[in-house]
Amino acid sequence: MALVEIRDVHKTFGKVEVLKGVSLDVEEGEIVTIIGRSGSGKSTLLRCINALESVDTGEIRVEGQKVHAKMADLKKFRQRVGIVFQAFNLFPHLKVERNITLAPLLTGRIEKARARALAEDVLTRVGLADKIDAWPEQLSGGQQQRVAIARCLAMAPHLMLFDEVTSALDPELVGEVLKVMEAMAKQGMTMILVTHEMGFARNVANRIVFMHQGRVWEQGPPAKLFANPETPELASFIASSK
Amino acid sequence: MRSFTLIDFVSLFAALRWTVALVALALAFGAPLALGLAMGRISRLAGLRWTMAACIQIVQSVPLLGLLFFFYFGMPVFLGIQVPALVAVTVAYTLYTAAFLGEIWRGGLEAVKQAQWEAGACLGLSAWQQFRHIIAPQALRLSLPPTVGFLVQLIKGTSLASILGFVELARAGQVVSAATFQPLLTYALVAAIYFALCLPLTLWSRSLEARLDGSR
Repeated sequence: MALVEIRDVHKTFGKVEVLKGVSLDVEEGEIVTIIGRSGSGKSTLLRCINALESVDTGEIRVEGQKVHAKMADLKKFRQRVGIVFQAFNLFPHLKVERNITLAPLLTGRIEKARARALAEDVLTRVGLADKIDAWPEQLSGGQQQRVAIARCLAMAPHLMLFDEVTSALDPELVGEVLKVMEAMAKQGMTMILVTHEMGFARNVANRIVFMHQGRVWEQGPPAKLFANPETPELASFIASSK
Repeated sequence: MRSFTLIDFVSLFAALRWTVALVALALAFGAPLALGLAMGRISRLAGLRWTMAACIQIVQSVPLLGLLFFFYFGMPVFLGIQVPALVAVTVAYTLYTAAFLGEIWRGGLEAVKQAQWEAGACLGLSAWQQFRHIIAPQALRLSLPPTVGFLVQLIKGTSLASILGFVELARAGQVVSAATFQPLLTYALVAAIYFALCLPLTLWSRSLEARLDGSR
């Protein structure tokens, strides 16, 4: 059984059909990168996976659990699925440590005495152990994004979703975030990314999913997909993003 | 006629206790109600949002004087209930406070980005936990300066209670002025006392504004 099973998902915003029957499986430990032009539905699909968006028809299962069923334990489910956003979305009124420990403490994942150690641990993994007492606004964009990743890691998720996490960063700050993600990938984290970073998609992902007009247009291993795109849409997308 | 003496001075200050009491009553009952209204206004339930909005609109549109009249003079006529003056003013000031503070706080809550709720939800927090730990603290900081601003309005607004017979600061001024035939001196003093009461609040509000830029 795949970790994530997406079956014929349709999603409409007003009159615009954003997802027109998307099916996709993601195995445990797999790194799947979703690429495509803006408006192709890739971010929406990602947001559907942890029920930030509802679906009209079709179903999504994560670890066998139906995501959009009337779920009494949506909170429990989300504790297992981390998502990192383009805009970081750190809590500006809390220091880095509290940003990270808030959810583990409130959900009863850890005890108060262990909180600081947990924050230190996940911050070390993103290379920011020295920023534990900083305010978010004192950090660069790249650092904020790494704290956002650390905040997810503190919940020990089984699956990580990344929604264009480098798109809001200055070019020189992109590398540090990608490096953290690459390290997570090596440690066996299951990851689904929406990204414009073709280099990352090519080098780190196990599989590329090209979305076009609300459908999975083409998918396969990066080497094959980038070298021999089967559809003219993907070929032109690759050409335009070089 | 007699001259303005220390006793008059003291009686003005003594009347301050009603001014303070009215403000305290208005806040004690009005602030919790305001919080409820603000939360109702950002609720996902459209019916609740509209109801709250309508309540706020009605109260905000009626002059404070009208509210006082309604609960003191109107209730016996329309509902046949004779309410004690203290109850009438408490209800009127409570509604007044709730309507205005409610809207101020709603604005604060809405000024916090939707993505902050989302970020909390994605970490597995309940709606209440998101509100309590993520949204409310940020909204509070954004709302503090206008909240203090309203407090100043409220302090001055208590002068209207004088028409229902409360000898608060403004009414005490009338009494002293009538007894001493020194209206200019008396009302200048009354004004100075209001000023002394409100100025620290205004200054405090301004320093808060400078200190809390809303980002943290």
